[in-house]
Amino acid sequence: MLRQLEGSAAVAETVGLCRPEVVCAYPISPQTHIVEGLSDLVRAGRLGSCEYVTVESEFAALSVCIGASATGARTYTATASQGLLYMAEALYNASGLGLPIVMTVANRAIGAPINIWNDHSDAMSQRDCGWIQLYAEDNQEAADLHVQAFSLAERLSLPVMVCMDGFVLTHAYERVDLPTAEQVDAFLPPFEPRQVLDPADPVTIGAMVGPEAFAEVKYLAHAKQMQALDAIPEVAAEFERAFGRPSGGLVRGYRAEDAETIVIGLGSVLGTIEDTVDELREDGVKIGALAIKSFRPFPLEEVRAALAGAKRVVVLEKALAVGIGGIVSANVRMALSGIALHGYTVIAGLGGRPITRRSLRALFEQAIEDRLEPLTFLDLDRERVEAELERMASGGRSGPHAENILRESGIVGARSH
Amino acid sequence: MADSNGQRVRFYQVGSFAAGNRLLDPEQRTVQARMDRSNTLTSGHRACQGCGEALGARYALDAAMRATDGKLIAANATGCLEVFSTPFPESSWQLPWIHSLFGNAPAVASGVAAALRAKGREDVRVIGQGGDGGTVDIGFGCLSGMFERGDDVLYVCYDNEAYMNTGVQRSGATPPAARTANTKPIGREHPGNQFGQGKDLPRIAMAHGIPYVATATVADLHDLERKVEAAMELHGPRYIHVFVPCPLGWGAAAADTIKLARLVVESGLFPVFEAAGGEVVGVSKIRHQVPVEDYLKPQRRYAHLFGDPPRTDVIERLQAIADANIARYGLLDGETA
Amino acid sequence: MKRATRGSTLNRVEGSRPTFEVRIHGRGGQGVVTAAELLSVAAFDEGRHAQAFPSFGSERTGAPVVSFCRFGDTPIRTREPIAEPDALIVQDPTLLHQVDLFAGLRPQGYVLINSSRDFSELGLDELSERFRPERLLSVPATELAREHVGRPMPNAALLGGFAALTGALRLDSVIAAIRERFRGAVGERNAAAAAACFHEVERERAVVTGA
Repeated sequence: MLRQLEGSAAVAETVGLCRPEVVCAYPISPQTHIVEGLSDLVRAGRLGSCEYVTVESEFAALSVCIGASATGARTYTATASQGLLYMAEALYNASGLGLPIVMTVANRAIGAPINIWNDHSDAMSQRDCGWIQLYAEDNQEAADLHVQAFSLAERLSLPVMVCMDGFVLTHAYERVDLPTAEQVDAFLPPFEPRQVLDPADPVTIGAMVGPEAFAEVKYLAHAKQMQALDAIPEVAAEFERAFGRPSGGLVRGYRAEDAETIVIGLGSVLGTIEDTVDELREDGVKIGALAIKSFRPFPLEEVRAALAGAKRVVVLEKALAVGIGGIVSANVRMALSGIALHGYTVIAGLGGRPITRRSLRALFEQAIEDRLEPLTFLDLDRERVEAELERMASGGRSGPHAENILRESGIVGARSH
Repeated sequence: MADSNGQRVRFYQVGSFAAGNRLLDPEQRTVQARMDRSNTLTSGHRACQGCGEALGARYALDAAMRATDGKLIAANATGCLEVFSTPFPESSWQLPWIHSLFGNAPAVASGVAAALRAKGREDVRVIGQGGDGGTVDIGFGCLSGMFERGDDVLYVCYDNEAYMNTGVQRSGATPPAARTANTKPIGREHPGNQFGQGKDLPRIAMAHGIPYVATATVADLHDLERKVEAAMELHGPRYIHVFVPCPLGWGAAAADTIKLARLVVESGLFPVFEAAGGEVVGVSKIRHQVPVEDYLKPQRRYAHLFGDPPRTDVIERLQAIADANIARYGLLDGETA
Repeated sequence: MKRATRGSTLNRVEGSRPTFEVRIHGRGGQGVVTAAELLSVAAFDEGRHAQAFPSFGSERTGAPVVSFCRFGDTPIRTREPIAEPDALIVQDPTLLHQVDLFAGLRPQGYVLINSSRDFSELGLDELSERFRPERLLSVPATELAREHVGRPMPNAALLGGFAALTGALRLDSVIAAIRERFRGAVGERNAAAAAACFHEVERERAVVTGA
């Protein structure tokens, strides 16, 4: 049913339709509306015997999920940023134990400096924890991916993280076609765990594994993610058949078939990128975009195939590997072994800085003329940065960077961004 | 126990004031006396000789299994118990058992309980367990959350007063003056662990107002079993804190485990009591009070107090702690709390 | 896998109206975010595509807040803040000389300011020279809100005024959106405020345009 509603609400409704048995909630901006929405659904009696557990930290949230999932319950939680880091130990534990937990990550920057706005540094920091990582481009997909996530997780016995841009998607009102309970029930069968804590058939879960077997267990985790490279498109195809719209998958190209320049991105920025691509196409520029929807497992073959005919690739990232540069671009580069093309990494949108069509247009124009540096920071205020570097170089107690830069920019709140 | 003439009879046959099983009614006998005991923590585990925790866990879990008719799931923190009981590829556990992380056993237990509730399987009960490190320090937040939510979990802390599994480092439960790997008595101003105010987990549990809190030791295993069974009669969060000597970590003889547990009780340093709804409702009185030295001397972790010259100043402070406990809980006959 | 090409602001369906972009300025606690959401619901009720989102973060009453709403006949893909609005709604005139509210306003743009003073009295004569004066209006929405809703919350009223000023949405769509969000008496009162503001703006426009 078509509704105009907030992204968080769409996710809460859809997760509710997936019949979770245990939902754990610890609030953190910008995920709060999701857990609040689910609480309302539980209290209104719309989620049957679902247990809604309010916990005392994100570490506890995922830990409660681990206990619940191991007991055979379909389990869900949501977090962002600092919360994701706080549960980092449990992330590895959940994937290592093969528990099919589904979690929304409302992508948000990681401090210090503290910042509540959108970028991908949180999910990127946990890219290797063994969870499947999917990125939604809009709220329709954010809702849809949760249905697919439960199916995928339970099929593979692996936890799945659905990433949706914090505030940009979570707090955006847009049109979403919410599925019906019947549709979701038909798509998602009851959870049949591969391992379960049951007095009728006791098992020991979580034993110590030494050098003689650890590598094998770890390899199996990797093998499962390789299986996911097939399972993700399968689930997406099943979803399209059942719900009548394409959603999810590994990658999605936009006007990329004959493109000489391809812009790669994840999440909601694809919308703005596509608008800019259309503008440039009207001017005859052969440019296209490639959305990466599954970041883990990373679709090496699909990325390679999409880029095979291009002359250059611009990877637009909302995260930064401090000390080296791009994260997504490093993964993309792995896909390009043997293919020669110009690769540009653009770090954009950090800490919620808006990515505008105007800036993108200027950036793409530079790219098509190969006038870009290998690593670019979009819309960086070079003057402020240089001033601060000088201050540091002058020695002594130069003060904290964040405060110095803020002082120079004057009263932040008085400007519309 | 009274004989047919109503005369009080004292039993000394095992030197520990415990009555042997065959003199008791079947219903009063320890769970361990039965052929049909669960052996929940079965033999073959890798615990040290004389491990108090293995002893306590075996009694506690078999009692819990009896009380729940075998319908029990355990969540275990990282630590000695977890490590020695699951040396891959073997496991000593004969019940559904999960080990997740060091600091989250109470939360995992809460999750298990939530799933059971969601599935309408509240006949299956949940036990969370961990050492002092995993309970009093790193698991503290999760434990408090579990208490506050009112989750139906019995949490048992096996307290050997240090991070034993990693090599005997101090924890929030390490008593004053005890030597550990990072509270060595180096120089006169460092007589072992600091004299802080301690972290009294049983009283913290009571402050949460949960239905049942108890302390116990492996010197009185009947009492431990009884408390576990009493706890399993109740629902909601319950907490049992069990004093379990660690021969290796304490530098004590493996054969002294039960004796040390008895001495800590008789000295007053470890009060044994039960509480409900935040109030103490029963204490185990000291039968024959001993000075704290009797308890401290057999342990090399206190050897630095008995050098030449002895640290009588420190021992006096420890005695003062014992005396305060005795007064507070009314541990001597003729005294009430 | 590929998705069918979605429309953009450039791929206009024949006969469709271009996407309309509104920027709302106010302070935390004045319902600025809700206003944008309601506009988007009103557009949705008319069968159109709409997107609304805020630009703020930590909840704090009194701090400047901006919200955005785009609506049109083709799917909306871009996510950037609205840099070149077709219309501005200013819920709190104390922002007028503190923040550059009018940045990027299109030459044919509309401005609706919540105030009982006119543009001249607000010190905005210069605006009347740069833009189309008949599209710049102020309306005492807070007073109307007090009268109809019993609270000085001007957001719903201003939406009615917006409908009258721009004609970009119908009043009944705005009212339907208000009633969906606020049930019962609260919804009715806010709807009444919106209607009152609509008529007030219509009246003012008639005066200005001499119609």
